[in-house]
Amino acid sequence: MALIDLPAIEIAKKIRQGDLSAMDVLDATLTRVAEVDGRPGTLDYDEITKDDETKVHAFITLTAERARQQAERVDAMIDAGEDTGPLAGVPITIKDLFCVKGVRTTAASRILSGFTAPYSATIVERLEDAGAVILGKVNLDEFAYGSSTESSAFGPTTRNPWDLERVPGGSSGGSAAAVASGQGCLSLGTDTGGSIRQPAAFCGVVGVKPTYGRVSRYGTIAFASSLDCPGPLARNVSDAALMLSVMAGPDPRDSTAAARPVPDYLEGIDRGVKGMRIGLSPDYMHIAFPDFATGEIITEDLAGEIRDAALRAADVLAAAGAEIVENIPLPNSVFGIPAYFVISRVEASSNLHRFDGVKYGYRSRSDYQGLHEMYRKTRAEGFGLEPKLRILMGMYMSAGQLNKQYYQRALGIRRMIRADFQAVFDPAGAYRLDALLTPTTPTPAFKMGDIFGDSTLMQYADQLTVSANHAGVPAISIPSGLSAQGLPMGVQLIGPDYAEATLFRVGYAYEQATAHDDWRRVKPQILGEAD
Amino acid sequence: MTDEISPELFEKLVDLAALGVDPNEAAYLRLELNKQLQAIRILESVDIDVVHAEPEVTQLIETRLPCRADVWEPFENPEEILDQAPQVEDGYLIVPDITHTELD
Repeated sequence: MALIDLPAIEIAKKIRQGDLSAMDVLDATLTRVAEVDGRPGTLDYDEITKDDETKVHAFITLTAERARQQAERVDAMIDAGEDTGPLAGVPITIKDLFCVKGVRTTAASRILSGFTAPYSATIVERLEDAGAVILGKVNLDEFAYGSSTESSAFGPTTRNPWDLERVPGGSSGGSAAAVASGQGCLSLGTDTGGSIRQPAAFCGVVGVKPTYGRVSRYGTIAFASSLDCPGPLARNVSDAALMLSVMAGPDPRDSTAAARPVPDYLEGIDRGVKGMRIGLSPDYMHIAFPDFATGEIITEDLAGEIRDAALRAADVLAAAGAEIVENIPLPNSVFGIPAYFVISRVEASSNLHRFDGVKYGYRSRSDYQGLHEMYRKTRAEGFGLEPKLRILMGMYMSAGQLNKQYYQRALGIRRMIRADFQAVFDPAGAYRLDALLTPTTPTPAFKMGDIFGDSTLMQYADQLTVSANHAGVPAISIPSGLSAQGLPMGVQLIGPDYAEATLFRVGYAYEQATAHDDWRRVKPQILGEAD
Repeated sequence: MTDEISPELFEKLVDLAALGVDPNEAAYLRLELNKQLQAIRILESVDIDVVHAEPEVTQLIETRLPCRADVWEPFENPEEILDQAPQVEDGYLIVPDITHTELD
């Protein structure tokens, strides 16, 4: 196993003990980046070459020199006998939706292509203070609007390390692809409707959406402010738990960041699942989507291998001592995507008004007459199609006469979705669940170009993840095997508010029980070629 | 919820949003908007009266937030903020003139 393929916890431990240097780890990581990533994302990129088709293209901005300075600082602190923090020398990547002081921060959009952040997001500061070494900024769907990373203005488009003809998922596709291909042990992503968990499932890594408010959003470029949750992507559950322990906590600069104490998520992670009640819901074993020819809602069972992977995971947890509770009712989850179409677009539209060519970012270089025309030309040239679509949809649905018809109704449905979850997690209720077990995605990773352009169908890729965002509850996706085509699949664990420690415990138990399964030995396509 | 976004309404939305779209973009965007509207029609069937009076979800999650002092905090290097603006003069953001329209 290459140095960079070791778990983050092990790398940090070896560095803190003086058995490894942060610079050695960084050099190994940059070598891996040079082997597998190809040219970084740029605007107006040239035609895709044969070589491009053999690379991952996770990065937009590689900050190798900045990383060297950080690694040198960690090594100097070790030499001086100082405490470097729990992520000492661990290489990580940052979704290019977070501000990192002095580093270009684009949101994968032309309108921010020239923006250099004058400050760092709170959680970026916390990761750096804990000793992490930031490799750079990785690609995403433009402003996180998408589920495949194909809507980024920066290309070549990120590819799935397991099958380079397929998408990595999105919107944190660069993060998931980087972690899966060993370009850093960890990555910082955001999840608004599934944007950490879906790419994690597609790329065979662990992804965590914390409870809304568990992690500060200060310095995160906003998509839908009542749904956005920053969170970790990692190659195993323990690494994700360590990263969340560092990130989480109150922040005076974000009034929605909870002032609750942050537990050590590694403490007790190995206590097992004996006596835990874990639910399975029939409402998460099918998908519902509109037939545009007839207007009818079509309901279909999930693909057999996706459903079977979740049922196998339930068997594994039952064998480890958990009680599996079937037929858990979550009847309002079917409304998750339609309600998300409304709420997320209204909030996105509001958040995008700030990009106007005045305070920061792109301003049109063409001729214009007056301020209003400058706004129009700047936004017309700066935004891609997906942001334009979300602005228009959000404006339409929040207009005075339609506010009640669309937006207020969607908010009501959101409360009903949360009530469903509260009922099944209620310690005095009929079900008393510790966690709910579901598939993470309706399908494994799809081919590039297959869905992109159909904005409605693309949204349904988040059908099994979006309800946790509506409800604000925490959820984690963990790898659960490979499909018949050799593609990763994921299972999702959802818990009550602030039950991240429980989800890590269940995830860890599953990981340990399947540690010797054959599928765990299969490597992503890109690493087979790299070795 | 049987509304459809007509070409006229689409043009009005584009103007209100301070956007610009070419004809090809307009055709695609209007098609997608109407497909999304079709997808949300399922919400019509839901009776939301049962939860009408409850607070928003983000207020239901217990956060124990303390109030902080409402005081001005200086930024360490305001020049770095101004450096990001497309046009600055003497510490002011510069924008084109606001054109005036004579009303009939």
